[in-house]
Parts: sequence; C-alpha cells; structure tokens
Amino acid sequence: MTLRKILLAGAISAATLWSGPASAATEIQWWHAFTGRLGELLAEQVEKFNASQSDYTVVASHKGNYSETLNAGIAAFRAGEQPHILMVFEVGTATMMAAKGAVKPVYEVMAEGGAPFDPDGYLGPVKGYYTTPDGKMLSLPYNSSTPVLYVNKDALSGAGIDPSVDLSTWEKVGEVLDKLAASGHKCPLTTAWQSWVHLENFSAYHNVPFATKENGFGGLDTELAFNGPLQVKHIQAMGDWAKEGKFFYAGRRNEGGANFRGGECALFTESSAGYAGVKKEAQFEFEIRPLPYWSDAEGAPQNTIIGGSSLWVLAGHDADEYKGVSQFLSFLSTSDIQAKWHQDTGYLPITTAAYEQTKAEGFYDANPGTDIAILQMTGKAPTPNSKGLRLGSFDQIRGIIDEELEAVWSGDKTAQEALDSAVERGNQLLRRFEQANQ
Amino acid sequence: MEKRVTFGGWLLPMALLLPQVIVTAVFFFWPAGQAIYQSAFIPDPFGLRAQFVGFGNFEFLLSDPYYRASFWTTAVFSTLVTLVSMGFALWLAVMADRLIKGATVYRTLLIWPYAVAPAVAGVLWLFMFSPNVGLISWYLDLLGYRWNHVLNETEAMGLVVLASSWGRVSYNFLFFLAGLQAIPKSVIEAAAIDGAHFWKRFWTIVFPLLSPTTFFLLVVNVVYAFFETFGVIHTITAGGPQQATTILVYKVFSDGFVGQDLGSSAAQSVILLIVVGILTIVQFRYIERRVHY
Repeated sequence: MTLRKILLAGAISAATLWSGPASAATEIQWWHAFTGRLGELLAEQVEKFNASQSDYTVVASHKGNYSETLNAGIAAFRAGEQPHILMVFEVGTATMMAAKGAVKPVYEVMAEGGAPFDPDGYLGPVKGYYTTPDGKMLSLPYNSSTPVLYVNKDALSGAGIDPSVDLSTWEKVGEVLDKLAASGHKCPLTTAWQSWVHLENFSAYHNVPFATKENGFGGLDTELAFNGPLQVKHIQAMGDWAKEGKFFYAGRRNEGGANFRGGECALFTESSAGYAGVKKEAQFEFEIRPLPYWSDAEGAPQNTIIGGSSLWVLAGHDADEYKGVSQFLSFLSTSDIQAKWHQDTGYLPITTAAYEQTKAEGFYDANPGTDIAILQMTGKAPTPNSKGLRLGSFDQIRGIIDEELEAVWSGDKTAQEALDSAVERGNQLLRRFEQANQ
Repeated sequence: MEKRVTFGGWLLPMALLLPQVIVTAVFFFWPAGQAIYQSAFIPDPFGLRAQFVGFGNFEFLLSDPYYRASFWTTAVFSTLVTLVSMGFALWLAVMADRLIKGATVYRTLLIWPYAVAPAVAGVLWLFMFSPNVGLISWYLDLLGYRWNHVLNETEAMGLVVLASSWGRVSYNFLFFLAGLQAIPKSVIEAAAIDGAHFWKRFWTIVFPLLSPTTFFLLVVNVVYAFFETFGVIHTITAGGPQQATTILVYKVFSDGFVGQDLGSSAAQSVILLIVVGILTIVQFRYIERRVHY
C-alpha cells in the first residue's frame, strides 16, 4: 500500500516537473564562447531580453573557447541535441555556410518570425562577411573587431622619441624600432594573432588577394595567394626585426598582450577589442593608432577586415521556437544594445545606428582613439580583396600559417620559403574541404 | 600431473565469457571498426554527407612530410617521457626504500602529483616557464638565458616531456617501491656479507629481480606517452613550434576536433592502431624474454 502511494506520488511529481517548462516560457538555447567580463556583459543582454517579455526564455551556456564552442555545436547536431543559436567565430564561417541542412539562415528566421529587422542597418564590411553574394544574411553579426596599433607613449619618450611620432607606415615604424633597439629597449614590437593581423588584414589593407576567387567568396575552388611580393616583403621585414631583437614573438594567440599591458613592449598590433584590457591594466600613457602600411604599396591603405563571431541559427527546431529566436536576434540588433556593447568592450559598433548613437553620446571625445578601428575599416568601400575571407578548414590553415611564420621568426626559413610552403599546405586542405562539400 | 578442469556443456563457459566479450566488442571492436570504415570517407563536419575516397585519406596523410615527421617526434617524445619518468621514479624509490624514519611522509608527498590531471599539470608548467610571466624563465633571464619555448623547438620538447613525466613519476614510484619491498631481504643480506657494496647489489640483484615491475611499467608508460599526454601538449604548445611537439595522437585530436577533418582523423587512428599493435608485439616478444618472474 505504502509502496504504491510512493510510486503514485513520484509519478505525479514527475508529471508536474515535466509539464513545468511547457506551461511557462519557451526556452531558447544559446551556446557561446565568452568568459570573464565579456561573459558578464553577454549575460546582461540575455537578462534584459528575458525581462522584456514573458513568452521566451533565452538560456545562455558557455561551451569553451571559439573552437570548442563550434565543436560542441557540431557534436550536438550530430547527436540531435543542438542549441537554437550557436556562436561561431569568423574563421568557421565557411564551414557553417557549407553546412546546408544544419543551419537555418538568419534571413529566413527573421522573415518567418516577423520581428523587426533591417540587415542594411549593419556596417557594410561586417554584413558582407556573413552575407551571400545575392545579399541574404546567413548569420547575425555579434562581436566584430579589427586590428590596430597600440603605442606605449612612455616607452617612446623613455627612448628619447617624440611620443606623437608618425607611425602611419611600416617604414616609419621601422625607424622607431631602430631607435628603441638602439636605446636598449628589450621589446620594441610584439603582436597578437599574427596570421589575422600580418597576413589576413595586411592583404586586405594593401588591396592584394589573400586567396583567389575573391578570397573564397567566389567559390569553393579558391586557392591561397598570400605568398605575393608584398606579403613576402612584410613578413621578411618582421623576420629581420625578430632576428635583430626588435620584434618579440610571444605566441599564436594574444600572449603578447601581457607584455604590452605590463609595460614591457613599446608597440603592439592587436584587435581593437583589446582596448578594455589595456585601459584597465596599463600603468602608462597609451594611444591607439591605425594599423601601419607600406607607403610604396599601391592602393594602401585600403580597409581592414573583421574578426570576431556571428550567431548561427541551427536547423531542427519548432516554428514557435524560431519565432522566439527571431525576437531575440531582433532585440540584439537594436542600437541601444549595440552601442552599449561597443562602448563596454571595444568591439566595433556593428550597426550604423549604434555608431551614430555612440558618437552623439560623446563617447569618442571622452575616449580618444576608440573610433580609429571603425574609421580604418569603413574608410573606403571594400574591394574583392578586402571584403573578408571565406575559406574552408580555415582554423587549420591558420595553424599552418602560424607554424610557418614561427619558422621565419626563429630564422629557420626565409619569408618566401615559409609563405610558399604555407600556401601549398593550405591548398591541400582547401581541396579536401571542397571534396567534402561537393 | 596436469590438473584439468573442464565444463560439461558449452552454455556455462559461454555465459561466463560473455561479459568480457561484450565489453571488448562495445568498447574496442565497434569503435575500431567505425574508425576503419570512416577512414575511407571524407565527411563534412555535420555528418550530412560523405565522399568515398578509398585509401585517399591514407595517401593524403603519408604524402605529408609533417605527418611522417610526427612519427619521429612521437618516438623521441615517448622514449624521453618513459626514460625520465621511470628513471627518476626508480631513483626515488630506491632512496625511499632505504629510509627508516619518515618514510610514510615522503611516500605520501611523492604520490601527490599523480592526482593532478594532465591538462592542469600542463598549465602549471606553462605558468612557470611562460616566456612572458614565468617564474623560471624570469630567473633564467637573470642568468642571461632567454627562454622562449614558443619559438625554440628543443625547449618546447623539453618542457612537454618534463610536464608529462612529472605526474607519472608518482605512479611509477609506487610500483617500484612495492617491487623493491617484495624482494627478499635475505638475498640482499647474503650479497652484503659477500662484500658487495650498495650499487653492486643494486645492479646484480635488485634490478634483475625488479624486472617484472620494470617491464609492466615500461608497457604502461609507453601507452601513457602515446595516448594520454595530449592534454599536456594541448595546453603548453598546441603542437608547436612548427609541429615540433605534434605527436601522433595530438594530430588525431587536432585534425578531428579542431580542424573538423574527421576522415583524416579516422585514418590516423587506424595508423595509430597498427603502430601500437606492432609496438606491443615487440615489447612482449623481445623485451619480455629478458624478464625474470
């Protein structure tokens, strides 16, 4: 008798538990890659959305770094447990685009969901990265940044250099590096994300192709082309600086940031999103400058391209849930949210409205240098070489580029040898990607 | 006289074997079969479609000079990890075995590192040797040596070997100590009476009698160096610089789970399966013969 009662009670409570979420708001799963301050700001956006309406609850879960989040999403899809929204870094864009049947394009989600949404409100270079050639937005731009030059002004004056010295070209930077090294400075220049800054953005900024077929926008049969004379010249110059102790290589990701923020390095090429960290930690006067270019390069400076992530909607959910997704994405693209995100993080204001709002609020006057990234990226209309990159297996190709660049920094290879080898090895991966996605 | 125990029917022995057969089938044969099957395809990451390529994945791999080089890297890495972790553990065990006072304290302390997960151990060592903020690299800098394992291949290899061996020393230490304590004192005392000094006794009596333990540890440590160290490598070097620390199993992981190239990853697993098979045969046929049980 008692046993039956217990079982009955159990069944009832299980039933109530089960029916619980269904009667309340519909859950929308969002998997992302942010921790720390960025994670907090993201959670704030989610809370705001959840408080603003009662039909849907967005649940944000952290799944590791960018690569790990993408992997978690892919593994979940294979197991039929995929979230509604997956954060994917720009490097994974081609992978996601090729995955027809696994993703539900954002333009479709928005059209069906009926929430207000204007894809043209996004800045051209940002939108272009995630949009098909015929103008259909496949994923929603979330956080975007572009590389800039950070300058430790105290280090320059310490070496007897005018801290407002012209650093607009690599020639001028070279002269400053000479002086810094001559004065005994131990780390005149360091960088984060070497492939992204010194090859991917370098190519766009100098209006030379990184890969054929419009950097992969024109088709899967693209081939790498970053072993051109201009790229070789730049990498060779960096290699020479490394040999002469003027360029300090700290690692493949943003390890060099610690050296710069600690005041050890004078110049630092890094994402504009590094601003918050530098501002918080730097015990010295610093300044943001546009990324330098080679003055003898025709068409430089063109525009730089973005890094960061976008939000992909995965296939296989109910129409009602997609409606919630469309409302959430529409909420994320409002200018209030975007402007706050931009000002708090140093990521670019990715909508025109957010940029105008930030400007009107006087943020750029109060924080000089924070608008350099956006000006540098939007200064000129993008060319086929500066729209962005759309290459399969690009995470792996970056790994190859990292390896080959390391060979240059350590003096094992010349720039020409290393870049030729990187192109050849990378092309093999592109062919495999093409084969897998025929 | 040989004593034989036989079962009357075939049902009972089958039933007794079944659990082991199921475990082996589910956790070994099935995944291994899957790996072999998948190695003939280039699938897309989401598992939506796959291109049949036959031996194409193997051709692609074996024509890659970096992949061929990673066999050598694996050999160097595994040998060093095994030698360092076993050699150091044996030395510590011999010393701890001689202790009379405080032996338990030493033993307990020496076992601790084994409780640290490989990835965490990797991070610990990375912090100490980080070219930017590492304590040890800072002291080395004071001595005039600029440590930068991010660019220097030898330093990178040294660091991952050290980090991989460290936790393993504890494990090996335990087994060596147990092995040492199982050696009859009478044999050693007899040798001592004959006038053999400590190291003479060690090499002629103790070490040979310890050989079953040593052989067991050799097998276990080689397997460890092959398969379980990728957490350390992932956290410290991610296979760099220039693939100097990319061992076979790390490449399986990074191609499969970072690069989403599951076809190549599966083909690599198959190659690894063959390598380990050969290695096991060599160990049991040629090295085990020299073991005295």
